[in-house]
Amino acid sequence: MAFQPVDYYNLYDMLEPEEKLTRETVSDFVDAEVLPIIEQHYRAGTFPMDLVEKLAGLGVFGITLPQEYGCAGMNNICYGLAMQELERGDSGVRSFASVQSSLVMYPIYTYGSEDIRRKWLPKLAAGQAIGCFGLTEPDYGSNPTGMITTAVKTDGGYLLNGAKMWITNGTLADVAVVWAKLDGIVHGFLVEKGMKGFSAPEMKGKHSLRASITSELIFQDVEVPAENMLNIKGMRGPLSCLTQARYGISWGAIGAATGVYHSALDYAKSRIQFGKPIASFQLVQEKLVWMLSEITKAQLLCYQLGRMKDAGTMNPNQVSLAKRNNVDIAIQAARIARDIHGANGILDEYPVMRHAANLESVRTYEGTHDIHTLILGADITGIQAFS
Amino acid sequence: MNIVVCISQVPDTTTKVTVAPDGKKISSAGVKFILNPYDEFALEEGLQLRAKYGGSVTAVTVGGDSAKEILRTALAMGVDKAVLIKDDERADSFGVAHNLAEAAREADIAILGRQSIDFDSYGTAAMTAELLNLPSASMVSKLSIDGTKVVAECDIDGGKETIELSLPCVISVQKGLNEPRYPKLPDIMKAKSKPIEERASAGVAPRVRTLSMELPKSSRIGKVLGDSDADIQELVRLLHEEAKAI
Repeated sequence: MAFQPVDYYNLYDMLEPEEKLTRETVSDFVDAEVLPIIEQHYRAGTFPMDLVEKLAGLGVFGITLPQEYGCAGMNNICYGLAMQELERGDSGVRSFASVQSSLVMYPIYTYGSEDIRRKWLPKLAAGQAIGCFGLTEPDYGSNPTGMITTAVKTDGGYLLNGAKMWITNGTLADVAVVWAKLDGIVHGFLVEKGMKGFSAPEMKGKHSLRASITSELIFQDVEVPAENMLNIKGMRGPLSCLTQARYGISWGAIGAATGVYHSALDYAKSRIQFGKPIASFQLVQEKLVWMLSEITKAQLLCYQLGRMKDAGTMNPNQVSLAKRNNVDIAIQAARIARDIHGANGILDEYPVMRHAANLESVRTYEGTHDIHTLILGADITGIQAFS
Repeated sequence: MNIVVCISQVPDTTTKVTVAPDGKKISSAGVKFILNPYDEFALEEGLQLRAKYGGSVTAVTVGGDSAKEILRTALAMGVDKAVLIKDDERADSFGVAHNLAEAAREADIAILGRQSIDFDSYGTAAMTAELLNLPSASMVSKLSIDGTKVVAECDIDGGKETIELSLPCVISVQKGLNEPRYPKLPDIMKAKSKPIEERASAGVAPRVRTLSMELPKSSRIGKVLGDSDADIQELVRLLHEEAKAI
């Protein structure tokens, strides 16, 4: 039986047929291909590589990019709904798709030459190549402008030196979109697997996003050919990519919240204490209703955000509001769902602790909760608190 | 091979159904509709037959404008052509079969799901075959075709029956026949711009008239017992005397 989404305000009635079908298709895919295998990968700390070909077959990678590059050519509501359903599976799986689509294919499409597009986009769409995005450094997280990775002009191209950290898919990647300073200004470069001086060791010891590969990227005199430089200067390059990814995360968080809400609702209705289901107790009902309300509000934020994005009227601050709010309510929902599940909530028989632990990363990456607060604070007061 | 797959739009299995004020049909307000789950196997089989023997697959449904959604799904899965036979009033199974038979007149094989999960009449496939004067097989869970020879394994009560028939024919299919494919997202977009042919309903007079419709009354009274010896005794007594189950 197909998973029933939370749709308390009949929002899905407002979707176009292809948007509905996209959500249903990805939802069915998650039920059949992700949920049965994800716990074992999470426990083992491995990424389910089998999913790459399957997700590519479905057409998830670079979903909004044109069909001439092997992509689906869908709108941003479809993109959001796909991310939502993937994250109902696992934040790590959604992260893989976010990075491939928004942080690798988007900049290659937007800032790459036609040759670069033709070289990479069809392969990335087909899952024959995996990409990663290198912006964050060990000492520069919320303050990426301070980055110390540098590029120096040479005869045939550029010489890269430096290191990146917390890079999703780094070890798996065939191509890395790397941001480095050239004469003090941030530029983007495509660094390819196997280039001399480039390595990407995996970071171990995570208690979160365990079904996702996180890596360091190390550049020691890496020679990058001139044609691998993207055509964009300054921080607006990487920030424009982050806007795409954060948009997808805003939807993804709804998926994680929906996953824990459904688990909590089912559990509350079947768990008997004091001779009746715990769902009959007022305190439990309040918790469930809180989750339902917050999920519904988060859906409305995303729906309007998506329509604005498609209309070209969305601004990045609005994405900050949705990312900040939706991840925050998702993490709270996971916390509350754990309460409702009682001791059972800590077992991997239920998805609750996995989502809860994952969301700790989601809250921090792609702009921390606090940084998004300050982005919005700066927007409404005109005063930047972090410069 | 000219393959016609007949599909139906039904309320989602988890939707809460209510009876309309006239007491003769279900209220469609707030009901989510989906492609009849058994029709997914029919579509998949049609697409696999096309892959093996060439030809084309046409998806046909009888219904109102909202039924276009399932035709879009069929197009996204890969059918060549989609036909909507316009019938806003819900016809009885005979009316549906009449329309489907008209649409499948040139078909080498017409494939239907074993039943529509809304009214569960199980009759449409057999009626369609009868109207076309063609052989038919029901509840098919395995199918092979060699020339015009068709061998179908059908689910029967407690077992399987293997029968032989010949093309052209009508079959209704069962779960287990195949693994329906996911529509690919690029194909969902391509399906958006493909045409859906609309035809008028044959408008045959219904053979069945609905007198009334009502929801089943909940007759189960839940009893929760503890785990003491006395409770277990009570459970045995209730199963024996009230439920008469043992």
